[in-house]
Amino acid sequence: MLPDLRGDFPILTRTVRNGRPLVYLDSGATAQRPLAVLEAEAAFSREHNGAVARGAHLLAEEATDAFETARASVAELIGASADEVVWTSGATAALNLVANGMLQASLGAGGAEAERFRVGPGDRIVVTELEHHANLIPWQQLAARTGAELAWIPVDDAGELILDGLSEIITEATKVVAFTHASNVTGVITDVEPIVRRAHEVGALAVLDGCQSVPHIPVDVAQLGVDLMAFSGHKMLGPTGVGALWGRKELLDALPPSVFGGGAIAIVTMETTTWLDAPTRFEPGTQPVAQAVGMGAAARYLMDLGMENVARHEARIAQILREGAAALPGVRLIGPVGDPTRFDVLGLAAVAVEGVHTHDVGQVLDDRGIAARVGHHCAQPLHRRLGLTGSTRASAHVYTTEDDAHAFVEALAGVREFFGVTV
Amino acid sequence: MSLEAMYQQVIMDHAREGHGRGLVDLTAAGRGESHQVNPTCGDEVTMRVGVDGDTVAAIAWEGHGCSISQASISVLSELVEGESLDTADEIYEAFRALMQSKGEHLDEEREDLLGDATAFVGVGKYPARIKCALLGWMAFRDALIQARTASSGAAVEGGEA
Repeated sequence: MLPDLRGDFPILTRTVRNGRPLVYLDSGATAQRPLAVLEAEAAFSREHNGAVARGAHLLAEEATDAFETARASVAELIGASADEVVWTSGATAALNLVANGMLQASLGAGGAEAERFRVGPGDRIVVTELEHHANLIPWQQLAARTGAELAWIPVDDAGELILDGLSEIITEATKVVAFTHASNVTGVITDVEPIVRRAHEVGALAVLDGCQSVPHIPVDVAQLGVDLMAFSGHKMLGPTGVGALWGRKELLDALPPSVFGGGAIAIVTMETTTWLDAPTRFEPGTQPVAQAVGMGAAARYLMDLGMENVARHEARIAQILREGAAALPGVRLIGPVGDPTRFDVLGLAAVAVEGVHTHDVGQVLDDRGIAARVGHHCAQPLHRRLGLTGSTRASAHVYTTEDDAHAFVEALAGVREFFGVTV
Repeated sequence: MSLEAMYQQVIMDHAREGHGRGLVDLTAAGRGESHQVNPTCGDEVTMRVGVDGDTVAAIAWEGHGCSISQASISVLSELVEGESLDTADEIYEAFRALMQSKGEHLDEEREDLLGDATAFVGVGKYPARIKCALLGWMAFRDALIQARTASSGAAVEGGEA
């Protein structure tokens, strides 16, 4: 189990509405940052700021070193090597980098080695029905622009992925399968193995959205067997504006870049450009260096805690949130219920309160100092499939206490009465 | 600011009653329709506005959303139906001002115009909820402009005939 870490997170000591202490249960959207991250960013800016990989002066060297050390830390967190980690502005940019790279390849870029990235009429792109918009729209748009067909793995009435018919969905024509490692709404951790196995059986790329998993559970890309994975800094106790794409090296070296500029190139003439190998080919322009340093510190902080311990802690919080919410009359827990050994969940619970709109639920929680997420959580298709327009989500991280989880359940219990909903 | 101050009884009542709800066909000379969405939550409203001469003759709407958005549409429907176009404009501007007042009351003249809608004063303290309160008003504004244009077009055609 984790020690009490609240002293590491200065923001948790502030008060919010009506002078109440903050109960922060919106870590699935943006996590709070420990002193180790805040100080790493500040120390970089105070003492080492300079142009990375340009210039021969001392500060440029120190900045480059800090930037690359951070990359190595982030790589270590997911069991990868540093040259397989590309800095991006976040998971959204990382997923777009892959989809846009495939679009570039489809337009003819990248030569023979980019052949595996090309899609067109007759080809298929597969996602799932529970994706965050960031892992749906780039693929939907790639399909629209290339004439490829978009197909998806459906969910059942409880919001659980139906993996029975995989071979009919991931057909021989499939070029890429993009799916989340864990739903940001139901919290259920995806059974990755059968999807990757089927994708590789037909020669398709397996792209994983690790946004919700990397910050909360042990993730080892080699063990997962996926080809590419995106994740964000700000959900893993790091800064906003930074994230990463991991990919197998030979894939990254072959994927055409789609954002062009300085620093990513080998030779430039007036007519042509040749690219450096990954990860540099995907990092044109000046990168968010202080933020990358902060993300590296966040990775280090999580590794020091031990991801097994983090996962165990959050499983305990999940249990309180989910059992507490499910037991309340008029409250529907989103996602599969029943035998909890059948699936693993993140430390989160999304609920719909019968007769009360999610914004109104959120207002009652906010009045009690509880920060939760309301709305569709960027997963409109999933909510629509479940007959909802939105839900209220409590999500935990390493600093979340059992008291926080109980406070959520207790506040939720009073919502229907406040709005006079009795049936 | 307490939760009760934001969710005043008049708001709760309007949220339940939904004055003007039901997307009936309008018969006014000038008609307009607008569909508005709150992208953060997916709430939607479709509103029809009918204009006869100088008057907002009818309002009809259908939608779903939180109690603030639903109550606000209900209050709006009750307030502006039957009013002159000039008064409807003034009411609209007054409500916008109320939403931007950060929870402060407006002058007496504008509050008189707003009637029950002054109950939304507390919403102005919660920036995230202002959009909820304004959803129906945006639809009204948009539909009214169309209805006005259609109405003046109908008047011109009528004059020529």
